[in-house]
Amino acid sequence: MDLSSNQKSEIKNQKSVTAGARLARALLLLTVVLVASTALALWVGYQRLDFAALWTDERARLIFFGLRLPRVVMAGVVGASLGLVGAALQAMFRNPLAEPLTLGVSGGGALGASVAIAFGMGARVAGLPFVFVAAFAGACLSVVVVYRLARTGVTVLPGALLLAGVVVNTVAAAGVVVIQYFADYSRALQILRWTIGSLDVVGFDLVWRMLIFLVPGWVILLLLARDLHLLAVDEETAESLGVNVRRSERLVYVAASLIVGVTVAVGGTIGFVGLIVPHAVRLMFGEDVRVVMPCSFVLGAAFLMLADAVARTVLGAGELPVGAITALAGGPVFLWLLRRQQRYTAM
Amino acid sequence: MITAALIEGRDLRFAYGGGQPEVVRGATLGVERGRLSALIGANGSGKSTLIRLLAGLLGPTAGEVTLGGVPLARVEPRVRARRVAYVPQSVSTVFPFTALEVVLTGRSPHSSRFRFETGRDVEAARAALAAVDAAHLEARPVTELSGGERQLVALARALAQEPECLLLDEPSAALDLKHRAGLIRHLRRLRDEQGMTVLVVTHDLMLLDPAFDRVHAVRLGRVAAEGSPADVLRDEVLADIYGDAYVRARRAFGRTFVWSEL
Repeated sequence: MDLSSNQKSEIKNQKSVTAGARLARALLLLTVVLVASTALALWVGYQRLDFAALWTDERARLIFFGLRLPRVVMAGVVGASLGLVGAALQAMFRNPLAEPLTLGVSGGGALGASVAIAFGMGARVAGLPFVFVAAFAGACLSVVVVYRLARTGVTVLPGALLLAGVVVNTVAAAGVVVIQYFADYSRALQILRWTIGSLDVVGFDLVWRMLIFLVPGWVILLLLARDLHLLAVDEETAESLGVNVRRSERLVYVAASLIVGVTVAVGGTIGFVGLIVPHAVRLMFGEDVRVVMPCSFVLGAAFLMLADAVARTVLGAGELPVGAITALAGGPVFLWLLRRQQRYTAM
Repeated sequence: MITAALIEGRDLRFAYGGGQPEVVRGATLGVERGRLSALIGANGSGKSTLIRLLAGLLGPTAGEVTLGGVPLARVEPRVRARRVAYVPQSVSTVFPFTALEVVLTGRSPHSSRFRFETGRDVEAARAALAAVDAAHLEARPVTELSGGERQLVALARALAQEPECLLLDEPSAALDLKHRAGLIRHLRRLRDEQGMTVLVVTHDLMLLDPAFDRVHAVRLGRVAAEGSPADVLRDEVLADIYGDAYVRARRAFGRTFVWSEL
């Protein structure tokens, strides 16, 4: 190998454009964003945080470590999960409008969780909170139904996918109403409070329990990043490049249902995070799914922390559901994407 | 002669789902090593399904496909992908990946799932784009390319795989006159310089003689005729293959012209 210095610098140049280098740069930038968002979310609230008081004031310490910090961590964990699942679902279905809410996965999870609450919030199955298990089952069922309906032979029809999602969501919402109607008064109220969705949490206990479910889901999805990248380009090509398409799809169903089920069971339906976040990442760092997935994870955490900070502070003493904030931000983005996609398919 | 086959399908049968009619009905065919072969036949005769079976994308309901004598079902998909590249009839990518990103996916069978492409992979991808005369498309989003340009990108992706064998499903369908001829010239060069094995599904009968070494003609899911272009491109054979009594094949200027009387 006797490369001229010119060629050598060219190869160096090429290296800097590889996806790996782009991912490293993007993660560095997003980590800064995440740290800043965390600091901001910890600072604002009903009472602004006085960092100095943490050393002296027992009450301030209690508020910070018992309420503020767990809530911010919870928002980060849920946001990261939804961002990652959104990116994975969009790649797998080759549809920029796919996300847990639009595909009916959140709706299925909500129905499962309502069933669990109607039977009693504290129930456990093999030591696991029944509400998690039921939400996971509901989410799983809706993914399979939606996918079966939208898939014809070798292709997934994008229109059918979203319509099936809408139908599953509507049916699930009707199911939740029926359950509320028949449940006794206090449980019906519990379901109502929970469907509004909130990241309110006391202490870290719930966060740890969630992570037992979430971490395996995260790991599965991130391990599948390359398969999903190839699938996002073209399914048949991915298959010919050695991707076991059926196996990857099944693993994504399970992981996505696990993650969405648990987040819905804890925080209610928080829509559009999985839509806005991966899309923002694509605009900033390009289409490579291996870059989009980890970046959506980090940016999703930052985004929901900030959205929750807004939800906590915008009304002063009161609190808005964080799902309302994300929907208000996400709805317009969805419509804009829909318009753009129509332009693409028209070509 | 059958021993010279790199990929071989024996008594292949296939139906898309139970209860559906069989599309491939007992097809036997050998893709000969280091040859440029064509797969021809009427619409709906089962060509595309047959090439997918040979590529290992579909599993036959009966019969067996072998790659270098080993049953394809027993070859690890990624190992297969290093040896056999397949280009589908059309690729409709939804997300605006750049042409270079798409071509780089062809490098994936050569690296572990946890590694990103290296500078060398980028170089190989660029060379593949240049080889199909599409270097200028590198940074363009594939969603904005014409059908023909997209086909060139898909072909470059297959070349970036550095396979022993290329299986192409109607690669020339969306190409203009110049790129169609360019494609065939390039396939011949690959055969002559690298000993590449190539099988092309095509309706372009004018391209066959003298460019191709072998022609396999499919009728109703079976290989009904095969041989050199001179053996297959004859009035009575083509009339049977296409079910059209008006097909004519005539040799002139060192090539065979094929048309159907109007």
